[in-house]
Amino acid sequence: MAEITQLIHQYLRHNKKFPLVFCPGCGHGIVLGSLVRSVHALGLPKDDVVIVAGIGCSGRIAAYVDFNTVHTTHGRALTVATGIKMANPKLTVIAVMGDGDAFSIGGNHLIHAARRNIGVTALVLNNFIYGMTGGQCSSTTPEGAYSHTCPQGQLESAFDIVELTRAAGAAGVSRGTVYHVKELDALLAEAISRPGFNLVEALTPCFTQYGRGNGFKSAVEMFKWLKASCLPVERYEKLEDRTGKLPIGTFVRRDVAGLETRWANMRQALAAKKGGAA
Amino acid sequence: MTAPRKKRREAFLLGNEAVVEGALAAGCTFYAGYPITPSTEIMECMAKRLPHVPDGAFIQMEDEIASMGAVIGASLAGRKAMTATSGPGFSLMQEQIGYAAMTETPLVLVNVMRGGASTGLPTSPGQGDVQQARWGAHGDHPIIVLSAADVPECVEMTVTAFNFAEKYRSPVILLLDEITAHTREKIELPEPGDFEVFSRLTPTMPPEWYKPYEETMRGVPPMPPIGSGYRFHVTGLTHDPLGFPTSRPEEVRALTERQFRKIDRFFEDIQIVEHVETADAEVVVIAYGCVARSARLAVKQAREAGVRAGLLVLKTLYPFPRRHVEPLLRNCRLAVVPELNMGQLSREVKRVNEGYTTVRTINRIDGQIITPSQILKEIA
Repeated sequence: MAEITQLIHQYLRHNKKFPLVFCPGCGHGIVLGSLVRSVHALGLPKDDVVIVAGIGCSGRIAAYVDFNTVHTTHGRALTVATGIKMANPKLTVIAVMGDGDAFSIGGNHLIHAARRNIGVTALVLNNFIYGMTGGQCSSTTPEGAYSHTCPQGQLESAFDIVELTRAAGAAGVSRGTVYHVKELDALLAEAISRPGFNLVEALTPCFTQYGRGNGFKSAVEMFKWLKASCLPVERYEKLEDRTGKLPIGTFVRRDVAGLETRWANMRQALAAKKGGAA
Repeated sequence: MTAPRKKRREAFLLGNEAVVEGALAAGCTFYAGYPITPSTEIMECMAKRLPHVPDGAFIQMEDEIASMGAVIGASLAGRKAMTATSGPGFSLMQEQIGYAAMTETPLVLVNVMRGGASTGLPTSPGQGDVQQARWGAHGDHPIIVLSAADVPECVEMTVTAFNFAEKYRSPVILLLDEITAHTREKIELPEPGDFEVFSRLTPTMPPEWYKPYEETMRGVPPMPPIGSGYRFHVTGLTHDPLGFPTSRPEEVRALTERQFRKIDRFFEDIQIVEHVETADAEVVVIAYGCVARSARLAVKQAREAGVRAGLLVLKTLYPFPRRHVEPLLRNCRLAVVPELNMGQLSREVKRVNEGYTTVRTINRIDGQIITPSQILKEIA
């Protein structure tokens, strides 16, 4: 407890008006905690950490943490993060986005950030719904689930984020949940430390906008659902019947230099060539 | 005895290439963009040059929205950053122009205007983005819009664009047209020290005292680069002096009013025009971009024919240089506004005129230039 209080004093902004904007039962606060714990575990100075957030409930996380924080436009967090990382590769840049942010309106930016492997960590809080605008379906809403814009049930299929980012070429892809907090802390710390583009999908329940309309009696039930349905990818792969199960853990680990490093190396080579000729 | 002046380096450049010379002279070290005719030479030239510039960085993004995002990110990290585009890309950039205006992030955006709406006339000149440059992003926000008429001006106005962006913490749009961008002219290349170059004010107080959006004398708060020890919050939401979202009426009003005031108070610095024989003019032509070059010849020929004609070249389009236009309108019998559009800047002239004198427009939208004789016919 004392340790948590110490982290709160160290990493949350004193001049920010609390309480948090999140609804009771929301998992976003847990992801916020995970973010703070992983940065702390890595011993990164606060001045060197940049949180770039998009729009939506997840985007509000940026305002609470005492790092360099940029709350951008809807879906564009990765573009601003790319500019920051290219301009100053020494900074640790973490883009915090929601599912609508990262996979719908920002889907193009996501696949290109993964393809070019810019040294940015994408932390995506996936709650399967547009929460802030009041519960519309997103590109991760499961087929058959209900929302205000699919009151008869979602006809479209959801993106498989892991496969999408893997195919696009990301250096690292992992998935955690707000029920499996210790694991999420570790996944995030691992992603932040690996060069290139790393995506961490954090499953986080939205009882207010998703759970109530989809047969969950309480927020606690949603956490229990995460507990019951998610299992480590190693165990998941051995399952014969995978229905209703979701793998968590790290799916992709590639050894690639970030674009900012490749750019710096190219410039150095150019300078050496010029110096050699003179 | 002084040493003989060193011969200046000369080059035969496109307007687009001259923009790059201007940008580098102004200290630009970051470019993000997406190819689009007729602006592409700016991007290609930057791709060649920036790897050789100390700390230079270049990135081709997946679209124009992303280009602006990267430019904003680089600017927040302390770089002088720019992008260039044309009509269709300019439409995509509007979202981020609004964000840059709201967050007071300096950047330069060059829009090489082509003809028509939508995909329109990709390889022909137009001036149809003038009103969009002012009002393209939603919501009330100040913006600075400049123009250039020839290749040397492309250098000069790009430097000016960076200076204004840095001085006033604002996005600055430089409107060129396909003719100006693709005309090749001999110019003297800029040497260090040719131009006065401004960089944004950075805070000198201890980080714990710093308020990123605090009211200051000039209305332009100092801006530290991200990662320099000043940790603060940047948001496109309406924010208080600390940068945190607010909907308190008094804080909302104070923010918007300061953002307008920081531009309004410096009209004298920002509004650049060129007077050509306007002192005794009874007929005044008001023009910008490639059309100003045609107008220059037309006015000369009208003078030779005995008509007291004059020309006002607008290098700043917004904030609209009313203080220069209005006195001319009060003293002439006819004002002519030739434009490669259906009448966009002429709306501003008519607004300022308030019915005082006759304002005639010459509008051409067929992808061709307005010729000197076309203007001469209206004034002589």
